[in-house]
Amino acid sequence: MSEDHEIFTRLDQAQAAALPALEQAGDEAALQAWKTAHLGRSSAVMQAFSQLGQAPKEIRPAIGQRANQVKLALESAFAIRSQAIKEQALQRALQQEKLDVTLPGRPQPRGRMHPESRALETIYTILAEMGFQIFRTPEVETDDYNFSLLNIPAYHPARDMWDTFHTTRPGTLLRTHTSPGQVRAMRQRAPEPIRVALPGMCYRYEQTSARSEIQFNQVELLVVGRNITFGDLKGTLTDLARRIYGDNVRTRLRPSYFPFTEPSGEMDVECFVCGGKGCAVCKNSGWLEILGCGMVHPVVLQNGGYDPSEWSGFAAGMGPERMSMLRYGIEDIRYFWSNDVRFLEQFS
Amino acid sequence: MKLPLSWLKDYVDIDLSVEDLARVLTRAGLEVDSIQLVGLAAETSSQHEFKINGLTWEADKIVVAQIDEVMPHPNADRLVLCHLNDGIKEQVVLTGAPNLFQYRGTGPLPTPLKVAYAREGARIYDGHQPGQVLTTLKRAKIRGIESYSMVCSEKELGISDEHEGIILLDADAPTGMPLVDYMGDAVFEISILPNMIRNACVVGVAREVAAMTGRELRLPPADFHPAGPAIAGRASIKITNPELNPRFVLGLIENVTPQPSPYKIQLRLRLAGMRPINHVVDATNYLMLELGEPLHAFDYDVLLQRAGGKPPVIITRTANPGEHLTTLDDVDRALEPFTVLVCDEAGALSIAGVMGGQESEVTSATRNILLEGASWNFINIRKTVSYLRLQSEAAYRFSRGIHPELAPWGVQLCLKRMSDWGEGVVASGLIDSYPAPVTDPVVTLSEADVTRILGIQLSAAEIAALLRRLDFTCTVEGSSVMAKTPPHRLDVGEGVVGKADLLEEVARIYGYDNIPARRMTDALPPMHPNPVLETEAKVREQLVVLGLQEVITYRLTCVEREARILPPGAEAPGPYITLKNPIAPERSLMRRHLLASVMEIVERNARLREHLAFFEIGPVFFPRDDDPLPDEPTRLAIAMTGKRDLAGWDGAPSANLDFYDLKAVIESLLDSLHISGVTYTPAAASSYHPGKCAEIRAGDVVLGVMGELHPLVRAHYDLGASSAPVLAAELYLERFNGCRPARVLAQSVPVFPPVLEDLAVVVDESTPSAVVEEAIRAAGGKLVTAVRLFDIFRGEQLGAGKKSLAYSLTYQLPDRTLTDSDTQQVRQRIIRRLEQDLGAKLRA
Repeated sequence: MSEDHEIFTRLDQAQAAALPALEQAGDEAALQAWKTAHLGRSSAVMQAFSQLGQAPKEIRPAIGQRANQVKLALESAFAIRSQAIKEQALQRALQQEKLDVTLPGRPQPRGRMHPESRALETIYTILAEMGFQIFRTPEVETDDYNFSLLNIPAYHPARDMWDTFHTTRPGTLLRTHTSPGQVRAMRQRAPEPIRVALPGMCYRYEQTSARSEIQFNQVELLVVGRNITFGDLKGTLTDLARRIYGDNVRTRLRPSYFPFTEPSGEMDVECFVCGGKGCAVCKNSGWLEILGCGMVHPVVLQNGGYDPSEWSGFAAGMGPERMSMLRYGIEDIRYFWSNDVRFLEQFS
Repeated sequence: MKLPLSWLKDYVDIDLSVEDLARVLTRAGLEVDSIQLVGLAAETSSQHEFKINGLTWEADKIVVAQIDEVMPHPNADRLVLCHLNDGIKEQVVLTGAPNLFQYRGTGPLPTPLKVAYAREGARIYDGHQPGQVLTTLKRAKIRGIESYSMVCSEKELGISDEHEGIILLDADAPTGMPLVDYMGDAVFEISILPNMIRNACVVGVAREVAAMTGRELRLPPADFHPAGPAIAGRASIKITNPELNPRFVLGLIENVTPQPSPYKIQLRLRLAGMRPINHVVDATNYLMLELGEPLHAFDYDVLLQRAGGKPPVIITRTANPGEHLTTLDDVDRALEPFTVLVCDEAGALSIAGVMGGQESEVTSATRNILLEGASWNFINIRKTVSYLRLQSEAAYRFSRGIHPELAPWGVQLCLKRMSDWGEGVVASGLIDSYPAPVTDPVVTLSEADVTRILGIQLSAAEIAALLRRLDFTCTVEGSSVMAKTPPHRLDVGEGVVGKADLLEEVARIYGYDNIPARRMTDALPPMHPNPVLETEAKVREQLVVLGLQEVITYRLTCVEREARILPPGAEAPGPYITLKNPIAPERSLMRRHLLASVMEIVERNARLREHLAFFEIGPVFFPRDDDPLPDEPTRLAIAMTGKRDLAGWDGAPSANLDFYDLKAVIESLLDSLHISGVTYTPAAASSYHPGKCAEIRAGDVVLGVMGELHPLVRAHYDLGASSAPVLAAELYLERFNGCRPARVLAQSVPVFPPVLEDLAVVVDESTPSAVVEEAIRAAGGKLVTAVRLFDIFRGEQLGAGKKSLAYSLTYQLPDRTLTDSDTQQVRQRIIRRLEQDLGAKLRA
């Protein structure tokens, strides 16, 4: 029994010594040293297991059971202590690792669309919702498409409305508006009904200034059908203005003149800068002109291959640069094509 | 056009406020740009709609007064003292007005001078300051004399810039009447649409106001019976081309002495933007502003003299070859063969409808006046104006079409005004030659037309009533209206065009505001997709994602700018679409090289940013022999230069962008479009470094070229201190579309694990990596799903002219897990192929 007693005592002593020693272990290294000492091959517990065969047969189960209890107790104490130490280490690290969060982020090169592409994309999206498909036509045009077929014969006073760049090839010019696309679209689509948007770059012989450019975009709408009235023009364009400028925007449609539409009109929206009170943007008028429009002239329908006694339609044109200028308060139209990054980077 | 309200009221009753009238005009298509108050007040409504400036004259402070005597100032030569009666009391008022000096010390005036008088506290403009600066009259001592009020100049009252003397009103101005009641006005600045030249006159606008408000139009008199001797036999007219000159009318007034017009007439002219000269010239200008008919006054005695005392024969004809004329503005002008001239037998007198000649001009010495009223072919006048680069008020009107009916009316009314405002005897009758009478179109408009185009239901009677307001003569027949165009306008066409013209008039007078808006009820037209635009949008989006900045540049350029993208000595680029009338030499033709445009933007921004990456999508222009219009293919140009990374605070140095940065952009771009079979082969394009340039193909289709810009080309651009290479690409965007698959099929995600293996082979330096990769893929077949080059090594142990390429290979099968023997076999196959085909050696 003394031997028996001795091994039990050794185990009890081992446990009693190990647990306080574990409390002393303050870091991962000490922890590992403790583990080697108290749970390693030469530790009292493991010795008890390895010497089990030398113990009398009848008490072997009791010794095994006892040794196992001690081992489990030490292991679980180790696990708890180990967890605590990891947590302490983490807490220390968290307290020490402090960033200056005010330092700027690492700069990344960023891509951007040109503001004009963005504006056109916005318009296309709105027009697509309204059923208009994009139809593009050439920028260098014939006099016929740009003028004559649009009911603007040579030397007609209406030609004064467009200052034109002519090319050295007689009868060709840089289109002054997107309207030549009207007849081109009609000739290609006849006899289908039409609902297209004609976008693109146009050119005017004009000194450039903060307000005028030699090249500028236009987006023109053309609708041709068997049941299209001035009421449709009003409704569609009012819808368009609301989608672009907001649901509550007030619009006004006043008579105007274009040789290729009749009746013709111009649509103004209430100045969204001053709300109609009068400011520098609307030149104190309270209104901003946003588009010209009208019912397609019978001569133009005829030139496009549609019988004006059966077909009717409307057209409308707007200037995206001008719309962007109003929207963003851009003071000089020349910014658009000069592409200074300090301008471009303002738009994303 | 400037339109004084008081003048308008001569022809139509108006009880609208200034702003309401502006609203009516704008709604009629006579857009009011601004309103200038000249005395009148404008109610400010809550809804602001017009730009309003000017001065309101306070009724109790600014009045008509009379000066009974002008006396010298005791201490100052350049001041006078006026005995003035303002209707309430007599007082002494100090002024320096030079136009009173002639009355100084002449004793009580036989006829008192009527003046505009501002009492103490009146708000007027300061006459001594430039522009319009408001001031309030305060009591002050000037050279020992107390002064508290003022007799006013036009400038001080906001009428004009005139400050040389005070206003001298007409003698019938009632003393004591508030000046605003006597002559307060508001001037509307109106834009006249090109088809509304009939409204470039006061009567025309009055007609529109009457039509819009339902009031009656009071026309100026048209019937005259002057007492003078008959004009018949005093002159004659010979029109050689009636098509160019449909009508010519002459009237005569004798014993005229040109003198200042009545103040009220001068005031009207001034408010309408014309300078008063003398009553003869003023009458022709007044008539033009009133009726819209430009007139021309000849000195009759000069014509008689030129005709050797015989009655002059007025001839209208086109200019003879080499003919010249010195016009009123003292310019000797060479005339075009189509220019119509008004001549006598001795030669040209004036350029018809545009400007008079100097010799027969009316002067202060003129006593007898032959007055011309005519109508001219407007297209020919416009042509003349554009060839001669000569504008005038007359040409502005005649080049837009003036109805011949206005000629006799205008001449007679003008002669009457001349005799009313001065002396003179008007000859009875006119000499009138009208060889090409205008037939005013009769247009039939039906109720159905109105409904079909305007979307409103109007009865024929209602349509007729609307048109009658504009003086159309209408007959209703069933559901149609036959409308005869009134004889003061030429803008209404025949047939289907006339119908559109009338529909516009119906819509205008009915009111655009009153036509209900509706949403289109038609079925959507057939769908025509626009894949070209979709590809462009996709390219733009992808390049933005890849960190590039889009630019849009001028399409107009010049040869010198374009040549910068080519090395020195390269053949000049071309041929070009060239402008006949460039606005500046550097914008004289349409570009061929998109990259040249983008490089200008790189240059422009080179000093602003250390990392530049730009692209542009846009057309270039190539003239064609078989088509008057050029080919306009859409191109994509990319230019990148500078640091790969932007400098941050950690001071990490960045390498410069190089060929492979650009290539990554292009690979990603083409990949995003699902363009497959893309190859890059060494190429020689003149703008690029010969060893760093590749042609990009998708199968057989050349998509473009990319590379490092040739150092000599780079040197054409001022890129500041940077020595970084410029990477550039030019791509045929118009070809992309054909290379995109019609349909992209999704692949299943593999379920069996891949095997990864590294393989390093030594090959000749000249062997392109793409060839090695191609061989690996060919040998590996379907088993090899990815080949990634991860290292290139050169060193002595490999031997000169050799390089080692290390690849990471992925083997994978879709239907089972690979076995060791699978991978062993494929590896051996690959190695054998590389050894046999490329002489490669496996690197230990």
